[in-house]
Amino acid sequence: MWRDAALVAGRDLRVELRSRVTTNQVAPFSVLVLILFAFALDPDRQLLERLASGLYWTAVLFAALLAISRSAAIDETDGVRDALRLSGIDPAGVFVGKAAAVAVVLLGLEVLLGVGVVVLYGVDLAGAGLVVLAALAATVAVAATGTLYGALVSGLRVRETLLPLLLLPVLAPVLIGATRAFEAALAGVPADGWPWCGLLAGLAVLYTVAGALAYGTLLEGS
Amino acid sequence: MEPVVHLRAAVALLGRFPALAGIDLDVARGEIVLLRGPNGAGKTTVLRACAGLVPVVRGEAVVLGHDLRRDPRPVRRHVGLLGHATGLFDDLTVADNVRFWGRACGADPGDIAAAMALVGLDGRLRDVSVGRLSAGQRRRTSLACLLARRPELWLLDEPHAGLDHETRDQLDGLIGRAVEQGATVLIASHELDRAESLAHRVVELAGGMTVAPARPAPGVPPAELPVSPTQEREASSASPSPAPPEVSHVA
Amino acid sequence: MTLHPRTTPYGDADGGASAATGGRAAPGNTGSPASRVLGVLALASVALLVLYGLVWSPPDAEMADSVRLMYIHVPAASFLYAGCFITTVASAMWLRRRTPGWDALAGASAEISLLFAAITLGTGSLWGRPTWGTYWTWDARLTSTALLTALLVGYLALRRLDVDPTARSTRAAVLGLLLVPNVIIVNRSVEWWRSLHQRSTLVKLDPTIEGQMLVALMVGFLAVGLVFTWLLVHRFRVAWLEYQSERLDLDLALAERRAEAGHAGEARESTPA
Repeated sequence: MWRDAALVAGRDLRVELRSRVTTNQVAPFSVLVLILFAFALDPDRQLLERLASGLYWTAVLFAALLAISRSAAIDETDGVRDALRLSGIDPAGVFVGKAAAVAVVLLGLEVLLGVGVVVLYGVDLAGAGLVVLAALAATVAVAATGTLYGALVSGLRVRETLLPLLLLPVLAPVLIGATRAFEAALAGVPADGWPWCGLLAGLAVLYTVAGALAYGTLLEGS
Repeated sequence: MEPVVHLRAAVALLGRFPALAGIDLDVARGEIVLLRGPNGAGKTTVLRACAGLVPVVRGEAVVLGHDLRRDPRPVRRHVGLLGHATGLFDDLTVADNVRFWGRACGADPGDIAAAMALVGLDGRLRDVSVGRLSAGQRRRTSLACLLARRPELWLLDEPHAGLDHETRDQLDGLIGRAVEQGATVLIASHELDRAESLAHRVVELAGGMTVAPARPAPGVPPAELPVSPTQEREASSASPSPAPPEVSHVA
Repeated sequence: MTLHPRTTPYGDADGGASAATGGRAAPGNTGSPASRVLGVLALASVALLVLYGLVWSPPDAEMADSVRLMYIHVPAASFLYAGCFITTVASAMWLRRRTPGWDALAGASAEISLLFAAITLGTGSLWGRPTWGTYWTWDARLTSTALLTALLVGYLALRRLDVDPTARSTRAAVLGLLLVPNVIIVNRSVEWWRSLHQRSTLVKLDPTIEGQMLVALMVGFLAVGLVFTWLLVHRFRVAWLEYQSERLDLDLALAERRAEAGHAGEARESTPA
């Protein structure tokens, strides 16, 4: 399974690299979201800085919707599903590989957005350990959940509109957890944040397992 | 000798539509069989059913010794399907595509490289994005993915469509070579001339059923044909007459 | 009354004859003796609830008359969760057994749950007005109910897709299977989150409730429960009948398909060799 996962992850990342949609479109879009927040909230630096964690993770979620949509689209190409079924590749491996690729893309976007938040909202970085670990856990959770739900709406005409509707309520706990963890870190009280980090890690594990188990059924039955 | 493909009164559904309403088909090892029929007759579905992608709900369906009605999945490793859809990733190069699909089925790197060489894609086209290729070149790439698997049963859906003469010759050569090495080939095609001269046998399909008795391609003596149950049924009900060597066309 | 998916209230429905061709007249409604009894009981208990809730139980010391909304709100929330649980279990059973009754049950339960989610939100909101002065407060229960409503809306949207029925059922079943875990996760995280800022102020099953108020709450559970069950039974039956009417009669479809072949065969015979 790991071999298959590595194969699929490599493929997905290679597609992203060659098509450059992430770097050319998704990344600018997510920075744009940060800027729009400033417009909406009036760049009173104090307010933006206080809300920075929440705004940051909201922007990440929006970017994630795009990244997941792209990931799902790769396997929607005509004939790919049949070929995947014929090849005897492990569906759990396909899932893990795709989720890993999405996670890598998201981490890149998060670094970019992190820079954006520091520059645009005037945030002081603190509590690096908690920030990094919480971000990792949240990213894996978002990637795994998103890949599973992406498979649920894969191939449908209404994929673009149904994916956010299905995915965002499910990711609300991730948003809560990640924001609280970041707030705790930035406020210099990491002790408050670690439990939330634990929640994120739990969600990451849960959805990775769930996706690995369900992907085969979805691949065959759809 | 156990047939490679054995379908008897096979029924298969696409959603709620019975794409196959009663297929009788026996294919022996090393044969090249052409499935012919109008659009919607079920040719593509027969190929996909043999690949284990479409479940057979009634009748008998045994391919390469695997009972498709019990579990259609084990047979997939041993077949190669060349369908209408290419199954290729436009953003990746030819080499990337063949390598991905080759490794996905567990093929040796040697087989993968050889497959690309066989279709003539190991030269300057190797590192071109599939999205930039012509339809014929894409078909060759898909063919390379099939070759890398070294399947025992080839399932080709309109393989000659849209190819130039040189590529068609190349494809026919590859088919012949595969058959020499023990593979079996099932082709679905509209085309009369090309595929028919290649095939040992022609099987007519219409309305999801095998309708006409299996006809020989010109040059094969009728006596060597296996008699299908459909043919027996028709022979017993209608007045027996020798099968004409020419294939009659549906008006 | 039975909810066993393999049978309808009208007898056995097997794979062979459909309602249309089996010689049985298609039922005109989804009622049956058992469900009528249930309906009467439900009505009676609702009447009882009205009496207890509005007349016989006293106003609460703190919340005055608005506590009466709790007699609906709390049971509605409980049965909302029960409905989600039913959907998840039915989805799991469908994935194991693949019989259509489970799919119908999952969908019916989700719809009824959505109705009860609306009731929960509505009563909670109405309760909030006199208590806090606003219709909405980011209280843990209201917030997680709102998210749960979104989950149900999404699930029902997936069920309405215009795709091959097996594909739709498979996707819906996987999504339905995730419903209860999502509900639990959302509930826990929202409660944890809101507990940082305020104690949960909506009344839970407060053990110090006693006397007439406790009775009223119990009656509320009974009434809401009976109404929920009655609605579920009927919605399930409607879904079951829909399935029956759409179900593929394989032999009929095969005969039609073969007729195509027959015509093609005849045309072939008549052309001179």
